[in-house]
Amino acid sequence: MLTVASDTETLAIEPEADIANDDYFASQWTLMWHKFRKHKLAMVASAILIMLYILGIFSSFFATNEPDQYHQDYVLAPPQGIHFVDTEGNFSLRPFVYGIASDIDPDTWETIYKDDTTQKYSLSLFPKGHSYKLFGLFNLDRHFIGVEGEGKWFLFGTDEFGRDMFSRTLVASQISLFIGIIGVFLSFLIGSTLGGLSGYLGGKVDIFIQRLAEFVLAIPTIPLWMALAAALPSTWSSTQVFFGITLILSMVGWANLSRVVRGKTLELRESDFVLAARLMGVPTMKIIVRHILPSFASYLIVSISLGIPGMILAETALSFLQIGIKPPSVSWGVLLQTAQSPRALSESPWLLIPGIFVVVTVLCYNFIGDGLRDAADPYK
Amino acid sequence: MARYIGYRIFYALVLLVLVSMVSFLVIELPPGDYLSTVIAKLEQTGTALSDEQIAAMTQQYGLDLPIHMKYLKWISGFFVGNFGYSFEWGRPVASLIAEPMVLTLFIAIIIVFFTYLISIPIGIYSATHQYSIGDNVVTVFGFLGLATPNFLVAVVILFFGLRWFNVDLSGLFSSEYLAAPWSFGRFIDMMMHLPVQVLVVSTALSASLIRVMRASLLDELQKQYVVTARAKGVDETALLFKYPVRLALNPIISEFAMILPATISAATITAVVLGFPTAGPMLLRSLISQDIYLSASILMMMTFLVVIGSSLADFLLVTVDPRIRLDKSADRG
Repeated sequence: MLTVASDTETLAIEPEADIANDDYFASQWTLMWHKFRKHKLAMVASAILIMLYILGIFSSFFATNEPDQYHQDYVLAPPQGIHFVDTEGNFSLRPFVYGIASDIDPDTWETIYKDDTTQKYSLSLFPKGHSYKLFGLFNLDRHFIGVEGEGKWFLFGTDEFGRDMFSRTLVASQISLFIGIIGVFLSFLIGSTLGGLSGYLGGKVDIFIQRLAEFVLAIPTIPLWMALAAALPSTWSSTQVFFGITLILSMVGWANLSRVVRGKTLELRESDFVLAARLMGVPTMKIIVRHILPSFASYLIVSISLGIPGMILAETALSFLQIGIKPPSVSWGVLLQTAQSPRALSESPWLLIPGIFVVVTVLCYNFIGDGLRDAADPYK
Repeated sequence: MARYIGYRIFYALVLLVLVSMVSFLVIELPPGDYLSTVIAKLEQTGTALSDEQIAAMTQQYGLDLPIHMKYLKWISGFFVGNFGYSFEWGRPVASLIAEPMVLTLFIAIIIVFFTYLISIPIGIYSATHQYSIGDNVVTVFGFLGLATPNFLVAVVILFFGLRWFNVDLSGLFSSEYLAAPWSFGRFIDMMMHLPVQVLVVSTALSASLIRVMRASLLDELQKQYVVTARAKGVDETALLFKYPVRLALNPIISEFAMILPATISAATITAVVLGFPTAGPMLLRSLISQDIYLSASILMMMTFLVVIGSSLADFLLVTVDPRIRLDKSADRG
């Protein structure tokens, strides 16, 4: 039985080797990659996810406005389109946006925003904009794309304080995208340890851990999460709240994973290589971690990739109910709070855009999980 | 059989005790209590409480007891229908949560029923028409259903109701029935307000149930006995419903243990959006105001519903399929 380490080395040495001749010599991980590559939806989903993560990690670079800046004159302004052709039919290769003209509706006293076609502001790549700190280290003021001169550009419109929804959505994706990964990592640690012990030791330990998992699964998750999230002290900093919420999510998430691990461990417990290790006096935890877990790592990866979307949805729900991530830190759920009332929504439907990001992310993870599931057993 | 049922009931009882402990512990976790919230509020308005007043209130609410005493005091009241006192509402919890809990249970039953009602036929269709346009549509819809947060769907439906039909779909009762006592008219009015939530939650839940039904029926359809029956000329529809469908239903029934907590979860959050006077929104509010006996009671009752429900489902499953009884007793060793 090969260990994971040597498998990944093989993968690293011959990443672009000729597939046809190579299948007989390829390691399991290479075969999995070949099979995964054939799953078109999963490949597209991976590409989209990678893009989302890049947008999230470098959100301040991609942001077109300062995410926390109030634009009092542009409260609840609708999204501004990008144009190539102006009203006179002149085509310019360089995209531009129109200025925003605001007007008061004489009947309802609501502000109406319109394109001011007399003003055109070209978009440019890598313009200088508001200064920011990348990763809290580098002071920068260059952005990916921005509008020239005095123009304003709100790609996704603005919220009720006139803050740019596009920039806020990007910043929010940092928390929303990473809470799933960290949460699943934590539940993976808990779940694989407990599941491994449960399956390997059997007997009373097994019964106890399995009953514990059943118990956790029996409690309806949202009410339990609500109770736990409400228990977080209000004095906590946003970083503490972030990790608190992550911990809460993984306290429930481990149960399913532990059952997968237990089932597989039960199978492998009787195998020769485990017996050999035991006879050589390898400690129990080391047998589980070094020998048993790696042999079904592919199944674990599938469970993990399918666990992430659940966490993202849960965080969104909790933050939406105002007991998850709290302002000033933002996640997609926090941004969706403003979309809670249908009346606000009927006047400014663009407040729902963060919701589209949630759906797309979760869809992508599900597709990738599907692709991984098909690839997990490449010999089939 | 009797032994199995006995074991299951004993197990459910142990679970219930554990649930009550965990509910109480979770609710007791946060630092501070309702009293400190009240004092802070009073001080904001300029009324300072003397130390004696605070001490008296602490004793009145039993807030000075250690946690296990508080738990015992709270749980011992259960047997006489006393669930403690809600600080925020100034009423006994029992009278406060009775109606919301019944409503929650009622709505949950409708949702579960409706979920199964749509999942089974669609699952059968999907399996018998694998990779057809209809099957692919169902698959896409299923993925979307899994990916979209329930509350978002609810918000969007409310939004379209308002924009296209100019009707406010939120709330469980029309204004004229809001404070009215129960009557047939009020019941009908409530039923008219239910479809949005039932639709939102059961379509979301059926997404996974359809997958299970489809997969298990596909497994059955490949088996030898189906081929044999077909070769003997059994009518296709009769064959389908007489054997494979019945066998494929088993995983669906055992999914019930997952569907019920999921229903309660999803109904909780959509009820907040829709402004229903059910247990979910009440739980949220009591959690925020640290109304401990109220929130602990709701959390516990919700979990009770789930534990009792899944025990019933287990009995049902055992009755339907004796193989499971044997499997399980072997598994439990």
